[in-house]
Amino acid sequence: MNRGSWFGRRARPSRTASSVPEGIATKCASCGEILFARDFERNQKVCHKCQHHHRLSARERLAMTVDEETFVEIDGHLRSTDPLQFPEYLDKRKRAEEKTGLWEAVLTGTAAIEGIPVVIGVADFGFMGGSMGSVVGERVARAMEMGAAEGMPVVMFTASGGARMHEGLLALMQMAKTSAAAARLDLARIPYIVVLTDPTTGGVFASYASLGDIALAEPGAIIGFAGRRVGNQDVGTKLPDNFQTSEFQFEHGMIDRIVPRKEMRSVLAQLLGLLIQAVPNAE
Amino acid sequence: MLNNAFDFEKPISELEQLIAELRRPEKQDEAKAQGIDLDARIDVLESELKRVMKQVYSSLSPWEKTLMARHKDRPYTLDYVRLILDDFLELSGDRLAGNDEAVVGGPARLDGAPVFVIGQQKARDLRERQRRNFGSAHAEGFRKALRIARLAEKFQKPLILFVDTAGAAADLHAEEMGVSDAIARNLKELAVLRTPIVVIVIGEGGSGGALAMAVGDRVLMLEHAVYSVISPEGCASILWHDSKRAGDAADALKLTAQSAKELGVVDTVIPEPLGGAHRDPVATANSIKQAVSKSLATLAKKSITTLLDERYARIRKLGAWEE
Repeated sequence: MNRGSWFGRRARPSRTASSVPEGIATKCASCGEILFARDFERNQKVCHKCQHHHRLSARERLAMTVDEETFVEIDGHLRSTDPLQFPEYLDKRKRAEEKTGLWEAVLTGTAAIEGIPVVIGVADFGFMGGSMGSVVGERVARAMEMGAAEGMPVVMFTASGGARMHEGLLALMQMAKTSAAAARLDLARIPYIVVLTDPTTGGVFASYASLGDIALAEPGAIIGFAGRRVGNQDVGTKLPDNFQTSEFQFEHGMIDRIVPRKEMRSVLAQLLGLLIQAVPNAE
Repeated sequence: MLNNAFDFEKPISELEQLIAELRRPEKQDEAKAQGIDLDARIDVLESELKRVMKQVYSSLSPWEKTLMARHKDRPYTLDYVRLILDDFLELSGDRLAGNDEAVVGGPARLDGAPVFVIGQQKARDLRERQRRNFGSAHAEGFRKALRIARLAEKFQKPLILFVDTAGAAADLHAEEMGVSDAIARNLKELAVLRTPIVVIVIGEGGSGGALAMAVGDRVLMLEHAVYSVISPEGCASILWHDSKRAGDAADALKLTAQSAKELGVVDTVIPEPLGGAHRDPVATANSIKQAVSKSLATLAKKSITTLLDERYARIRKLGAWEE
């Protein structure tokens, strides 16, 4: 056996739970507790011991958030191109498609949450780190425009490393596009609720993810502008232990509430009920 | 003469040194005594210099353009404000937390007509660079910019935005004060600001920090400026774990003004004097002034509804996808 594997650096714990024996049990990505698959699924992929909220795919998120069989995808036909002929972009996207079964890093559509019709967008970090290229920006913007046109509240679950550098300046421009579309929701007096999930950083956090009328977050999510390592700290600056987490952002006034996963659906329904009641009076 | 020459400028600085040497009075006297026609030789060298310069500066690689955009002699926002506008009165503070000197702005006059101007401000000497955080704004800077933009709206004056930053500040203070919120809010509010906005990318257009002050009705860009989603160094270290491959990354990112125009992000590329803006700031300022005046004249004819509809349509169409 290769000695390196005995003495090598311990692998960085991945934020998604690692499978111990495939399919039967997994290990908590945070505390290492053995989690039996059935219990883990039943507990919505939250560790029963340390309450670590593991990442979810877009489909998993939808299944636990919206009423059964109410999700209807919109703009699923949009496909990315390779406008810059950027090295390895097409290969990376192909692998992401195979891994996630998705065409892009966000799913958008209409659905109902405890009977309330909404336009919903759910990001999938598994697809190229949830990065925002032209199609992600376009889907988010169209979802918002649909909310404004149909008078339906818009709910966005975010999870992203930021703008997708493989699409260069056009990816950057999606920040402007999604933010301009959010302005239209203001004009139409349509509720826009953002749920920040692990991780939401970079150009997504600095655009539509920060523009919700109400900002909710899952506990313990990484939320920040530039990553802990990307940021250029002055020498001697000591970063707080909770730097760039939901709790840090809450302390600094950037988030309304931190909501545990098992309460998310009912909190959203309560909030939507309160906000859409106000719409007729707003005229 | 060229100070701080880059490698690709070596042939130019060598010729310039040679010409300067021949122009020295001692050389002139010496030549006169020997009956040599120095002026004719200088003429030959000067036309050769012009030829070499044209060749070098018309074929700069994306990485060479990045270096040009970051050149320490390149004119910054306040240089152009002085050269293009009159009566500039700097305003300060975001009315919330502080005064971020990485951003400057206030009312001024363009050919007599009142305007508001805001820009990111880099600096040359070390003290001032630190004071201005190398042109990288914190939340306070973006909020100051929005505050001044709102004054332009209230008083129905056109807004001119100068873009020149490596990116937004990304330190603990930036995060504590909500730099992401400040950027996002600018993107949203500038999209619906009820007055004409002209943007000019004069140096570095670095990522979200640049974009937060670059939403408008017309986006102009200097010939040797760059505009990118991520710095070439950052891109190279993510892609290849090697920030020294910044040159390859600059190629891949297509961050030049010419590419930005092809991608539809930029409306007009403003030509720079031969050798770059820093060789002739006055001429560069005149070109910018002409382009800005032309854009503002066109925009002034539009109703506010048309202006906002067209601004939204302009932002909405950016991107590349298949239906």
